[in-house]
This record gives sequence, C-alpha cells and structure tokens, in this order.
Amino acid sequence: MGELKLMKGNEALAEAAIRAGADAYFGYPITPQSEVIEYLMAEKPWERTGMVVLQAESEVAAINMVYGAAGAGKKVMTSSSSPGISLKQEGLSYIAGSELPCVYANVVRGGPGLGTIQPSQADYFQSTKGGGHGDYRQIVLAPASVQEMSDFVKLGFELAFKYRIAVLILSDGVIGQMMEKVELFDPIPRMTDEEITAKYPWATTGKKKGTQRRIITSLDLDSHKMEEHNHHLQEKYRIISENEVRYELIDCDDAEYIFVAYGSSARIAQKAVQLARAKGIKAGLFRLISLFPFPGKEMAALCKKGVKGWLAVEMSAGQMVEDVMLSVKGCAKVGHFGRYGGIVHSPEEVLHAMEEKIIGE
Amino acid sequence: MSTVTLEDIIKPENLVYKKTDLMTDKSLSYCPGCGHGTAHRITMEVLEELGLDEITIGVAPVGCSVLAYEFMNIDMTQAAHGRAPAVATGIKRVWPEKIVFTYQGDGDLAAIGTAETIHACNRGEKIVIIFVNNGIYGMTGGQMAPTTLPGMKSSTSPYGREVEMMGNPLKITELVAQLPGTYFVTRQAVHTPAAVRKAKKAIKKAFENQRDKKPGLSFVEIVSNCNSGWKMTPTDANKWMEDNMFPFYPLGDIKTDGQLLK
Ligand SMILES: Cc1ncc(C[n+]2csc(CCOP(=O)(O)OP(=O)(O)O)c2C)c(N)n1
Ligand code: SF4
Ligand SMILES: [Mg+2]
Repeated sequence: MGELKLMKGNEALAEAAIRAGADAYFGYPITPQSEVIEYLMAEKPWERTGMVVLQAESEVAAINMVYGAAGAGKKVMTSSSSPGISLKQEGLSYIAGSELPCVYANVVRGGPGLGTIQPSQADYFQSTKGGGHGDYRQIVLAPASVQEMSDFVKLGFELAFKYRIAVLILSDGVIGQMMEKVELFDPIPRMTDEEITAKYPWATTGKKKGTQRRIITSLDLDSHKMEEHNHHLQEKYRIISENEVRYELIDCDDAEYIFVAYGSSARIAQKAVQLARAKGIKAGLFRLISLFPFPGKEMAALCKKGVKGWLAVEMSAGQMVEDVMLSVKGCAKVGHFGRYGGIVHSPEEVLHAMEEKIIGE
Repeated sequence: MSTVTLEDIIKPENLVYKKTDLMTDKSLSYCPGCGHGTAHRITMEVLEELGLDEITIGVAPVGCSVLAYEFMNIDMTQAAHGRAPAVATGIKRVWPEKIVFTYQGDGDLAAIGTAETIHACNRGEKIVIIFVNNGIYGMTGGQMAPTTLPGMKSSTSPYGREVEMMGNPLKITELVAQLPGTYFVTRQAVHTPAAVRKAKKAIKKAFENQRDKKPGLSFVEIVSNCNSGWKMTPTDANKWMEDNMFPFYPLGDIKTDGQLLK
C-alpha cells in the first residue's frame, strides 16, 4: 500500500507530478489552483528528483515552455484555472498539431471573463471540442476525488506518451480545494537523458552527424500534405475513442432514471441517487471519467436496457448534455440540471430536477 | 600554353569556400538580396566551427524565417508567433547541457513576443537570441513593425509612420541591455563582407558564452533589409538601410561580459 496522506486536491496533483517522474512544471498563479506551484516550490523537487519548476511570466509563456520541453522528449506539465487556460489555447493547438505529449490541469472556476473564483464546470466545450484553432482533440480525464487528482497524473503521462497527445485533467474548484485522504503511488524514477534519446527518436535532442534531423512543427504549406496530416490525427483520435473510454456505473443495473455527471457534480449526483432510492425511485449514476473519449456507445447500450430518462448534472448552463443527447439519440428522455457562475448544486435540488424534468412528465 | 579544364580547378587544394554542411541543399525561400539567408549561414558556420551542432536545438519563429528549419541542418522546433524565447526556455531548462537558440524577426520578438523576450532576458536564460530587425513585417506583406522608422512607409502606414498616432519605434535591444539577465548584447549587419565578418564574430561570441556557461543571455540583433517589403531593389535597400536604419539603430556592441558599454 502506498503512502497515505491528507491533502488538498491541488497538492495531490503537484505531489503526483513529482512521483510520476515529471521533468518539469511550468505555471502561473491563479485561484483556485495556485497551490500546485506553491506546493512544488515548497517541496523543491529539483532536490528530490531533479525536476525543474519555473514560474513563467504568463500562461502563454508557460504552455510554450511546455511545448519546447515536450518537443525535446521530456515529461512536462502545467496547470491553471479557466482564464489562464483560455490563454493556453494557442499553445495547445500547436501541441496538437505537432503531436507532443504533455499533461495539464484546469481547476475550473466560474466564467465567462474573469467570472468568479468559485467552482464551475463551464469549460466542458472548450476542453472536449478543442479550445484552440484547428481540428484537434485531447484526452480529457475528470477526477472526482483527491485520489484521482493524484492517480490521473500518472495515467495522464502514460496516455500522453502512448499517443503523443495532450492530456487534460479537468478538475474544478471543489476537487482542487477540498482535503481528502489520498494513497500516493510509489515514485517512478525520471528517465535518464540517454533513455529519452533512445526511446523518443522524434525528440529534438541535437542532431548527430549522419542521422536524420528532428523538426517539431505544426506547419505545412502544402495543403495536400496538411490534409494527410489531419487524416492521421483523426485516425489517432478514432483509436483513442475505441480504447481509452473510462467511466463508472453506480446502481445502474436496474436503474430507470440515470444521472450523468463528472467531477464534483458526480459526487453530488451519487448522493441524489441514495436519496432517490430511499424514496423508491430506481435511480443510478453514470459517472464520466474520460470526457474525450466520451462513453457514448456505452451510454446508448445501457439506455436500451430499459432506462426511461437521463439527467445531465453539470455546473454549467448545459454543455455535456449535448453529448448525452447525441449518444442516446431519442432512446429515452434527456434533461439537464445545473447551477452555474460558481454555485454548487445540492443533492436535493438535483433529485428534485430529476423528478420534475424527467420522471414527472 | 596548356588548357585548364574544369577538372583542374575543382580540386581540394583549390578550395577557397565551401557551403557548410549545416545548411541543407534546399534553395532558400527568401527574396534575392534578403539578409535572412546570410544570417542563417553564418549562424550555422559558427555552430560548425565551434563543433556544437550535435548538441544544438534551434527555435524558428513565425515570420519569413518560419522555415529556418528547412535550411538549418540541425534539430529545430518551430514556435508560435513571438513565443520562441519561452519555447527555448523550456528546452534549455530541461536540457541544460544543450545549446539552445532562437532566431526571430522584429515583429515576432518586439511586438507579439515582447513579454517572452523581456522575461527570458531578465531571467538570464542561458540561451542565444538572434534577432533580425528589418523594420517591417516581411512575411505578411510589408506591414508596419514595432521597429518601423518614423515616417517610413509600410502597407499599414501607407503615408509613413506617424508617431503621434502609431507610436514610436521600439529599440528593444537597448532595452534588454538594461536588464541584469543579459550578458552580451550587440547590434550587427550582414549587408557587406566586412559587416558579415563582424556579425559572425558576434554570433560566435554569443554561442561561446552559452557553451562556457556565462551568467546570462546573449542577444545579437542583425539590422537587415527587406527589399520586397520596402519596395526597393536589393542595392537600393542596402543603401537606404545605411542612410536611415543605421543612424537610428547604431551598430556595435552595447553590453559585453555583463557590462554596459559607453
Ligand atoms: C498569432 C499570430 N498573429 C499573426 C500572425 C501573422 N504573421 C505572420 S508573420 C507576421 C509578422 C512577421 O514579421 P517579423 O517578425 O518582423 O518577420 P519578418 O517576416 O519580417 O522576417 C505576422 C503578423 C501569425 N502567424 N500568428
Ligand atoms: S519579404 Fe523581406 S524579409 Fe522576407 S524574404 Fe523577402 S526580403 Fe526577406
Ligand atoms: Mg521583420
């Protein structure tokens, strides 16, 4: 059993970066995720593992530092919250285009604009549909506990390097700020420079005489070649969609009414399931873990087993609900409930919404 | 009288000049007479002479030299517009033993990338920045740059840069020289053989500084022409540059060994 600790979600994420053998973290402070860089600076991972930590001049600079270091084959990470994530979109688009591996976290706060520092899930569209320019996707993992804030860093790096893609840990102010018990995984040693050079032939580590030079770029002025590159990216996203779907079913075996939720909304919806069951309603929870790839096929299959209605519960005006609708395609009724702008819904109002919007009619 | 054949001339002992292997055989995409090609070549010659090419990673900008990686025969990363100093920071921080440099135009470095430039300089990143200042946005068709001279015409200052409305040209090189993080700051040109020799010496010094782990960033500005953007012949452009650019952007070292000159 790994080391047990009581930690904030943001701290668990930071500690996990060190333990995952990350080579560098580049970040810029913003509430509610500043604990990530604060923890790292206090922990001095450069003494523990040789990991580099640098406070950049902006989120723009931070993501470009990630781009440079990732292109040079290193395991790198950044994190921010909504306004800062918006600034990173240009860099993320370049990372997608040049197929670089990296992990980053968004501890979402309410928007739009400067919005609020309170929790939100209103960045779903940006996260899953590609927030920057161009046709691209990234793997999106949604932790619902401090434990998953830690675990998903390790998993995130595995997936990032397996597919040469950015992995987003889409958290929110609740998960980032709350304290829970976490079982930390055993540290993975950082790769040596020789291992990196041998394992990642695409990485810019200096061109040895007589070898092919490495170029990290997203540019091709020949649009036929660019279309080919896009085909390749789409094929990669298809493979990811087939292999990397992650979700959890709670009380869904006999469920007639299912809540769909991720992150902190899933915890609240889980409580709503208990309240519903106590009232004799056969309710269940479909907890999304991967938002891209979206477990649409699994949702459709479950729907055919006699589900009468779905309620998408998210701290937004209704974003994920669109994917639920596309997935179950008229098999059963789909509704949405969400508080937003920094307000977190209660289990009672979530259940009430199910009764009113889905069961009632 | 013996006849001299071509075969007689092409012999190793007659070789006076050879293109460095660190330039690829691809023909340059630059307009004839443009300074970018020369700036590329001397940068690569320096890396070859110092024997650093196998551990060097270059960062290309967005601008006419976006395709620098097609011509420089080394490992390279293409950065988003203006972000090259941050990209280079990322590489150098995780590979401190490698040699890292950026190659950037004036729009890239002194407009959209000002923050990245200033902060990389101020942090004293152990990198080299090669800054090609042609006073214009060459790539996008000759728009006004942060370095466009007062009164100078461009497609977005068609009646000349009017300082009241459009602001002043930015002497970013003098600015970064003030920062404690820069170790070597110089301004050069590549329009004559003599200027090329001096510029190459400066670039060499910059890379030696990085190789020798000198404390800080080495910054080499090259004041260059853009005959297409300036709408002049290459010769007229060079003459215009001497008469107008050099008085505003005087050539020479500004800071050496971490000490401001003058
Ligand atoms: C974010 C972004 N904004 C604008 C552009 C368009 N753009 C491409 S190159 C360029 C100017 C480059 O000028 P400079 O850096 O002076 O290089 P030069 O071509 O003169 O060598 C601009 C505005 C872009 N590619 N990306
Ligand atoms: S447009 Fe100007 S900077 Fe670009 S290649 Fe032509 S002369 Fe050089
Ligand atoms: Mg220019």
